Amino acid sequence: MASVSAGQADTFPKLLLRNARERGARPAFRHKDLGIWQSWNWAQVADQVRSYAKGLSDLGLKRGDKVAIIGYNRPRLYWSMAAAQWLGAIPVPVYADSVADEMAYVLDHAEAVFACVQDQEQVDKILSIADRLPNLRHMLYDEPRGLRDYDHGKLHEIGSVIEAGSAALKASPEASGALEREMQAGSGSDLGIILYTSGTTGRPKGVMLSHFNVITAAEIGCQFDGLTERDEIIAYLPIAWVGDHVFSYAQAIIAGFCVNCPEGPETVIDDRREVGTTYAFAPPRVFETMLTLTMVRMEDAGPLMRRLFHYFLGVAKTHGEKILNGESVPLGARLLYKLGDLLIYAPLRNRFGLSNIKVGYTAGEAIGPELFRFYRSIGVNLKQLYGQTEAGVYVTMQPDGEIKADTVGKPAPLVEIRIDDNGEVLYRSPSIFGGYYKDPEKTAETMTADGFVRSGDAGFFDETGHLKIIDRAKDVGKLSNGDLFPPKYIENKLKFYPNIKEVVAFGQGRDYATVALNIDLAAVGNWAERNNVVYASYQELAGHDLVYDMIAKHVDEVNRSLASEPLMGGAQIRRFLILHKELDADDGELTRTQKVRRGFIAERYAPLVNALYDGSQIAAISTEVTFEDGRKGVISANVKVRDAKTYPTTAPTPARAA
Amino acid sequence: MNATAMNLTGEPIAAKAETKKGEVLLAVENISLRFGGVKAITDVSFDIRKGEVRAIIGPNGAGKTSMLNCINGFYHPQEGQITYKGVRRPRVKPHQAAADGIARTFQNVALFKGMSTLDNIMTGRTLKMHRNFFWQALRHGPAMTEEIEHRKKVEDIIDFLQIQHIRKLPVGKLPYGLQKRVELGRALAMEPELLLLDEPMAGMNLEEKEDMCRFILDVNSEFGTTIALIEHDMGVVMDLSDRVVVLEYGRKIADGTPAEVKADQKVIDAYLGVAH
Repeated sequence: MASVSAGQADTFPKLLLRNARERGARPAFRHKDLGIWQSWNWAQVADQVRSYAKGLSDLGLKRGDKVAIIGYNRPRLYWSMAAAQWLGAIPVPVYADSVADEMAYVLDHAEAVFACVQDQEQVDKILSIADRLPNLRHMLYDEPRGLRDYDHGKLHEIGSVIEAGSAALKASPEASGALEREMQAGSGSDLGIILYTSGTTGRPKGVMLSHFNVITAAEIGCQFDGLTERDEIIAYLPIAWVGDHVFSYAQAIIAGFCVNCPEGPETVIDDRREVGTTYAFAPPRVFETMLTLTMVRMEDAGPLMRRLFHYFLGVAKTHGEKILNGESVPLGARLLYKLGDLLIYAPLRNRFGLSNIKVGYTAGEAIGPELFRFYRSIGVNLKQLYGQTEAGVYVTMQPDGEIKADTVGKPAPLVEIRIDDNGEVLYRSPSIFGGYYKDPEKTAETMTADGFVRSGDAGFFDETGHLKIIDRAKDVGKLSNGDLFPPKYIENKLKFYPNIKEVVAFGQGRDYATVALNIDLAAVGNWAERNNVVYASYQELAGHDLVYDMIAKHVDEVNRSLASEPLMGGAQIRRFLILHKELDADDGELTRTQKVRRGFIAERYAPLVNALYDGSQIAAISTEVTFEDGRKGVISANVKVRDAKTYPTTAPTPARAA
Repeated sequence: MNATAMNLTGEPIAAKAETKKGEVLLAVENISLRFGGVKAITDVSFDIRKGEVRAIIGPNGAGKTSMLNCINGFYHPQEGQITYKGVRRPRVKPHQAAADGIARTFQNVALFKGMSTLDNIMTGRTLKMHRNFFWQALRHGPAMTEEIEHRKKVEDIIDFLQIQHIRKLPVGKLPYGLQKRVELGRALAMEPELLLLDEPMAGMNLEEKEDMCRFILDVNSEFGTTIALIEHDMGVVMDLSDRVVVLEYGRKIADGTPAEVKADQKVIDAYLGVAH
């Protein structure tokens, strides 16, 4: 890994060639296609990328051009990035599930001249917005299915572009030389990639990262966790997300490990099992879904199995984490845990596809302490990290042996952190971005004069030097009586219950805190089945009195826990309601990374929010929804509002606490 | 469906009708089918041309499914004759029809519920397997090679229909829309020349219907398979088919392009009823 500091391979294409030289026969990419894992070694990948670069260059791609990359995780889309970088062009990965309008904005803003996409769906989407993309010259696709009858004037299959490039290289040695020089002309300080942020607030912003930025960031992680060419990961997160870019592209090329691309989004769990990944990265949602599904299935298991399961989960809860952390545990408990490992934990880890896991990360959102401890207790070395696109991912990480559920860890190597007067976390490192593309104003807002980046998150260091994030800095608010109101903190506490999928908390400038929430259809649906609750739709189940009773219990527990914490007692939930429809990114209620857009929701559901505060027991609402094909419809409902019990704040004043 | 409204104007359909499809693949001439005294089909004639999508529509009890059953040899009409690929067919049995390249799906899903998606589609390859039982039981040598070949074909179909995620699940546990897709997969596994679809979209929601429409069109264009389908959703019929035959009370009342059929007074009467 000393190569970069040695100044030889300072761009990804150069690193790719280094891999082809040093570990040419090791598997680099796998893709499950037609039920079989197809695989390419580093030598083959370098060969493909070289031919691809030639093909692109013959189509007219030049240094500095932008190439949009859209689709699910496919080897050829990753190669598209490398091939573009080979020529000094800049790849711009775009969220594949963005609706046409969002995509048009990003492609137009980035001035993309080429677009490399996965399949017909993306081709159609781009054709439908083609008149808004004056810069777009050529479109390349990976999967030819359904595209045979399209006009191929400006449309090319990636496979044939690679073949054409390969033929052209074979035909003339001068062409090979020219292509080689083109690649050598690139340097680490060149702009390597533009990643558009998901846009929790306003329009997406293009974060510019140089090769050097990304390589530095990736090396931080490789060294921190000792990643080698023997590791295996599965690439299934959006390629437009900085996490995937660093983990599945940058670190794979730097450490030389193998990237496995699953068949499709629905097969990830099975595919992960087949591969046996050693290194994993996932937002809490993924871990949550896996656990929820298991719990739901366990309810259908036989009584013996169920008792065994719950008994040993209890054992794991008391001793598992300590054993993983290397703390001292009585011999009896150790033996019991071993037995549990044999009977329950190992099969569970196998089910999750985490049997070989060396280290797993969760980031993107706060993870529930229960959920976090569950995975650790069954022997999965799950850790948290705090990162941002602007930082090239890493800001803080948890070192082995210092894992806590409620902090995000210590500053990552090379990262400096400062807490601003208003509680905002600021960071500085060699891997931070060079600015937002075509937006100096926003860049100036985000970067301080001395080179620190404003994270936008409020947090503090605890006594052990671990960073604790409370909320978005601008979101931490106050109730009308001056009590602290941290919406995300409340939301996360509720979301840790498997029955609850999404929560939106209200209370800024109001008399008390309230929440509107979504139930989890899988978990509550299963509960309904077992309790003979009949329902036909999400809406009907959400409005059911028994469901309200169940959620009321969860709210009550959260209030108890809030009451016991310093400063948080005032933020107890007085009233709540269950929304009549699931919050959806297509309706603009969630971001593409599935974060709630609080302000937008407050506007959209204004009648419901009013009902939370005017004391009424029921409120009528009708909302417009967008279907997948872009048509709109209206859902209306009467939504019930419930009161919740609050508790006297029991937290001791800091003076009396010893 | 979005496209339906557009096609109601008739323009895209008229354009489609101009592209003449190939020669006659199957001709039905003056067929009559009776069950005791009940006349299911009376003197119906029409043809299916190579490479086209042919719809058979009509109100309930019009004899649509009986017609498909006659074509694939499940019923034997008392009168009339069926010519397939230029050969006049005597009384064929369903398995002979299948061997001749006629595959079908059913109105009510008829899959092996306890078997996986993969195995269900594999059953569609039965007629194409040549090794005998003993070789197959041994799973060795030529039987293994053959099995691998067939598995490849099946995987192509799984990929084509985008059902990778349910490859190993028992079909009985799948939602209805997916079961229909698996059934289509099994029919495709026979690599048929003529594919008979009996209400492929019955009981589906809008999204599933749109998916299924796309698959049917893809089958038609990618594999060149001739398709005869029964369907109630008029939007679907108008969108998909090249030509439509309309039955009512076992008789043919109209035959032509979707636009022609839609404009036909007899058809309108059959569907909307007439004042007497």
